[in-house]
Amino acid sequence: MKTLVEVQNLKKNYGDKQAVKSISFKINENEILGLLGPNGSGKTTTIGMMLGLLKPTSGEILIEGDKIEEDRIKILQKINFISPYIELPKKLTVKQNLIVFGKLYKIKNLNDRIDYLTSKLRLSDILNRITGELSSGQKNRASLAKSLINDPKVLLLDEPTASLDPEIGDFIRSFLEDYKKEKKISILLASHNMNEVTRLCKSILMMKDGIIVDSGSPASLIEKHGRKNLEEVFLKLSRRPNEHN
Amino acid sequence: MYGLFLRHFYLITRSFPRILDLIYWPSIQITLWGFISNFFASHTTYYNNAVGVILTCAILYDFLFRTSIGFNMLFLEEIWSRNFTNLFIAPMKISEILTSLIFTALVRALIGLIPAVLLTSPLFGISILELGIYLFFLFLSLYIFGITLGILVSAGLLRFGPSFENIAWSTMFLLAPFGCIYYPIEILPEIFQKIAYMLPLVYIFEEARNILINNTVDISNLIEAYMLNMIYIIISITLFFYSFNKARDKGTLINIGE
Repeated sequence: MKTLVEVQNLKKNYGDKQAVKSISFKINENEILGLLGPNGSGKTTTIGMMLGLLKPTSGEILIEGDKIEEDRIKILQKINFISPYIELPKKLTVKQNLIVFGKLYKIKNLNDRIDYLTSKLRLSDILNRITGELSSGQKNRASLAKSLINDPKVLLLDEPTASLDPEIGDFIRSFLEDYKKEKKISILLASHNMNEVTRLCKSILMMKDGIIVDSGSPASLIEKHGRKNLEEVFLKLSRRPNEHN
Repeated sequence: MYGLFLRHFYLITRSFPRILDLIYWPSIQITLWGFISNFFASHTTYYNNAVGVILTCAILYDFLFRTSIGFNMLFLEEIWSRNFTNLFIAPMKISEILTSLIFTALVRALIGLIPAVLLTSPLFGISILELGIYLFFLFLSLYIFGITLGILVSAGLLRFGPSFENIAWSTMFLLAPFGCIYYPIEILPEIFQKIAYMLPLVYIFEEARNILINNTVDISNLIEAYMLNMIYIIISITLFFYSFNKARDKGTLINIGE
């Protein structure tokens, strides 16, 4: 299976503080990799480096063999990101936002792309509404459409269903499963929703204090740690003193 | 009550731009109006034969103000709408971001300028077009300096985050006393004159008054202004790239959008 993302010995220091301490992992095409860890474990820092928003202290990030530090623009063309902490401009309509980002990503046949995403993400009724006036679920679907506007090969998701009701959350999860299968993209999913991670991810990285403390499939981790579910595994690993420090 | 006081006290003492904001506003206002009052008290006949000089300078200054603030606003809008990260993960070079902001700031400034220019004639019987072809060169010089200030402030926003916002609003007022917009440079104390001569504004406004009052053109003023503009815009663009790299190192690009 083709590897789309390769992270090698990635480190990030903020002064004396080591936020990420030499982590390595790969994401294959048609794979969703879960990135779990308590707040401050280094998940956002890792995603920030993958997006080129943060400069690694050392190590490399390769997307389809291209290094982010050397080919930032080329890589940003085939990657995208969604987070509840980032919003689309509120005063623009959903359609205007999609046009703006389509232009920023230099999308050919932009109208076709918008039509495709509109139908897939149930956006037809809200396409001409002001983004700031939408509900959380509608905003989330609009942001997801933006994150897919460039038909990314790698999608980074930071808590994509946080603050959504169960129905919308389920819709988003089903959409992501189908979209991944259809497009064979790589997805990195950072989430605190253990049911979501169990459902979507074949493999998981557990981070704590900037290192990967464990990895494997949800089932193998549950079995290895002798717990009932992933949430209990998460709690065990989060509370355990770090052996690597 | 003490709790609420503490809430704002902590906020202010943890932010250098906020402390600076508190200190310099009153000082700048007093300095600017002090010089203007001084000038009019001692030169009551200076503007007698050139009705509209003040208004023309006000329009020129407003254009500078709108260009600079307009550029900053484009940047701040992205921060306020929490869209900043989306912008910086789009496949755009920094030079492309700067170019598009520079062009958009010009359109914004012109939208404000054109009605102001059109209004002065019917309302006050004055036309800024009396400056002739040199009006274009004065505007262009002000535009370059406004953009320069905008880029400098945006570099600060990148480096220090939204707390630098207050500086964005007040750069123009900070420079106003030194810009000699409404009075000749001679009115300033010697030390202030030395600072003022390092800014293109003095040459631009001196030349505007020279054209309107003396009906002569001193090209050397325009050349001085453009030379200084080139130096400052190179410095500001360099600083912007430096700030972007620093922000990538410090993590400001991630936090600024949240």
